[in-house]
Amino acid sequence: MSKIVRTQASFLYTFVLIFGFYIVAHGHLTPGGGFQGGAVIATGIALVVVAYKFDEIKRRIKKTSLTAAEGIGLLSFIIAGISGIGVSFFYNWLANSGLLFGESVTYGINPGYLNTAGTLPIMNLAVGIEVLGGLGVIVLYMLHFVKGGERNAA
Amino acid sequence: MSWDYFLNHSPALIIVIPLLAAFATPLIGRFSRKAMYIWITASLALTEIFSIILLYGVHTEGTMVYVMGANPYNLSVPPDSGGIPVRIILTVDSFGAFMAFTASTVALAGGIYSIASEHSQTGQEKYYALLLLMLVGMLGMVLTGDLFNFFVFLEINSLASAALVSYRIDKGVAVEAAFKYAIISSIGALAFLFGVGILYGEYDALNMAMIAQRMKFTDLDKIVMALFTVTLAMKAGAIPMHYWVPDGYGKAPGGISAMLVTASQASLYGVFRVSFTVFGLSANTLTLGWFLIILGVLSMFVGVTMALIQHDIKRLMAYHAISQTGYMLLGVGVGLATLGTAAFNQYGLAAMEGGIFHIINHAMYKGLLFLTAGAVIYRVGTSDLNKMGGLAHGMKYTTIFFMIGALSIAGIPPFNGFASKLLIYESVYQFNPLLSIIAMIVSILTLASFVKVFHSAFMGPKIYDVKEVPKSMLIGMCILTFFIILFGLFPNIAMTYLVAPAAKALANPLGYIARVLGGGA
Repeated sequence: MSKIVRTQASFLYTFVLIFGFYIVAHGHLTPGGGFQGGAVIATGIALVVVAYKFDEIKRRIKKTSLTAAEGIGLLSFIIAGISGIGVSFFYNWLANSGLLFGESVTYGINPGYLNTAGTLPIMNLAVGIEVLGGLGVIVLYMLHFVKGGERNAA
Repeated sequence: MSWDYFLNHSPALIIVIPLLAAFATPLIGRFSRKAMYIWITASLALTEIFSIILLYGVHTEGTMVYVMGANPYNLSVPPDSGGIPVRIILTVDSFGAFMAFTASTVALAGGIYSIASEHSQTGQEKYYALLLLMLVGMLGMVLTGDLFNFFVFLEINSLASAALVSYRIDKGVAVEAAFKYAIISSIGALAFLFGVGILYGEYDALNMAMIAQRMKFTDLDKIVMALFTVTLAMKAGAIPMHYWVPDGYGKAPGGISAMLVTASQASLYGVFRVSFTVFGLSANTLTLGWFLIILGVLSMFVGVTMALIQHDIKRLMAYHAISQTGYMLLGVGVGLATLGTAAFNQYGLAAMEGGIFHIINHAMYKGLLFLTAGAVIYRVGTSDLNKMGGLAHGMKYTTIFFMIGALSIAGIPPFNGFASKLLIYESVYQFNPLLSIIAMIVSILTLASFVKVFHSAFMGPKIYDVKEVPKSMLIGMCILTFFIILFGLFPNIAMTYLVAPAAKALANPLGYIARVLGGGA
């Protein structure tokens, strides 16, 4: 792509990532969540892959690290679920506990506190990591056919 | 961590274990392949153990209710919910536990079998992750008490199965089969989701028990009933919607073909669960029962006649799988058609027992047959029967296993196919003699077809200089053979502990509803 596009893409890449992680982190407060945020992050990857040559990107963004992110995200999600198995599977034992994400919220209108909702933000984060890995791999696989790209993705 | 703890949490744990194992497999596979094999086998064995714990649980406590994220674990209707079950509820009755046992046994055999049969393939960690996810899908489908959750597990199952069908790309033929399977199951799942949406709009509930209790059986509900039964029958491979089965089963690796049988049966479970529990109280069960019977008879007859002309060993077996599904639909359909009448206790329940018994029997012997077919292809390299011959010279154990499977599918004593088929013949004869006669003819044609396979693959002069297949493949076949002979010699064990409770649980929607809405206590 042209220099204008590349400059814009490098500039926007950071913001897309930050916005994606913002959506992930605020999943329990605002619309969106792990999947949506992860998808936004993956669009960031798509953006730079389209703007630059596939070969250049392949050196920066490793497919193995994306698949690792996928596995780690899925594992941490299921472990977050299992962590409540003392009571029942997916039991939200962190909520209102005073620990991490354990602040209790009084009933009524509030601006939205990040440090609440127990295991939900952890699960959102896990899903976010999983989706950025999964969709990232899909994007890389699809875009390696873009003109100028190397035919063999592996 | 006591026995009670495991017993109470077993409905969740049986899904969690393969799920955790599936997600950890790619990470473990990065470090050591051997560790991954041990990990897979251990997790599949643990799932099998939990399925037995589950069977014990429903045997002693009756229907088990497990509510995800609730405190305590069986609080299905929280006091502040206004009498509505709000969370995801796993409802395990005897039928669900029975299906879970079937699915995890075949998965254990298929998993161990795959260690050797896929030994030289690339991307194995993904293969095993998907295999475990497929098992998760099946277990979730048969254990959940929530329609939307059923859809989610149906999708997990379909996607994992489709990916596994395409695992051996096979110059694109397997990919085409997988693509067909993926399209069919997505369309089916979407139609199912559409039905779930209608029910949710009407009754503000997704829980099967809640919907069944509130069911008014309006015209919309009839549409939903049609959507559910047809899409799930399509996933089960009943005849007018069978076209994906020969490709899907035929092109998958051996261990996966065996598991696809149980995956189809999980959809069959869906048909039965929906028609008995959700619609059984309000719908005209005679009509619905006849619908299943007609599907069953068509599947039986068309399946076996299509199988007779095949010369690809796995396609042939796939058509037989369709044909055998017909027996289950016939047996349970007769039970449904007579539900609530005096005839139900005379022969309807027996027909249901036959149909349900046939589910586990079919999973075992058809699983075994697919594994032997995989073993033949593993050694010979072709699935064309015309090019095979004389394999009995080199592959003694495989030949014996194939004979057991073939005799069992044809309903020859002392193997398990005989026990369930006899039950179906006897009870269905009282309902309608013609149906029973068709079932017998189909059985004879099945025998004829397998005699042909046996003759052309294993008999005759030595053409290929083949060795016996590796040990892990034999162990996989051995596990299934063990159950075939066990259920064949002692059908009363299976009847008392597995089949009869399952049939009774399925025929008793009121008990199911009371258990879920009564707070799970």
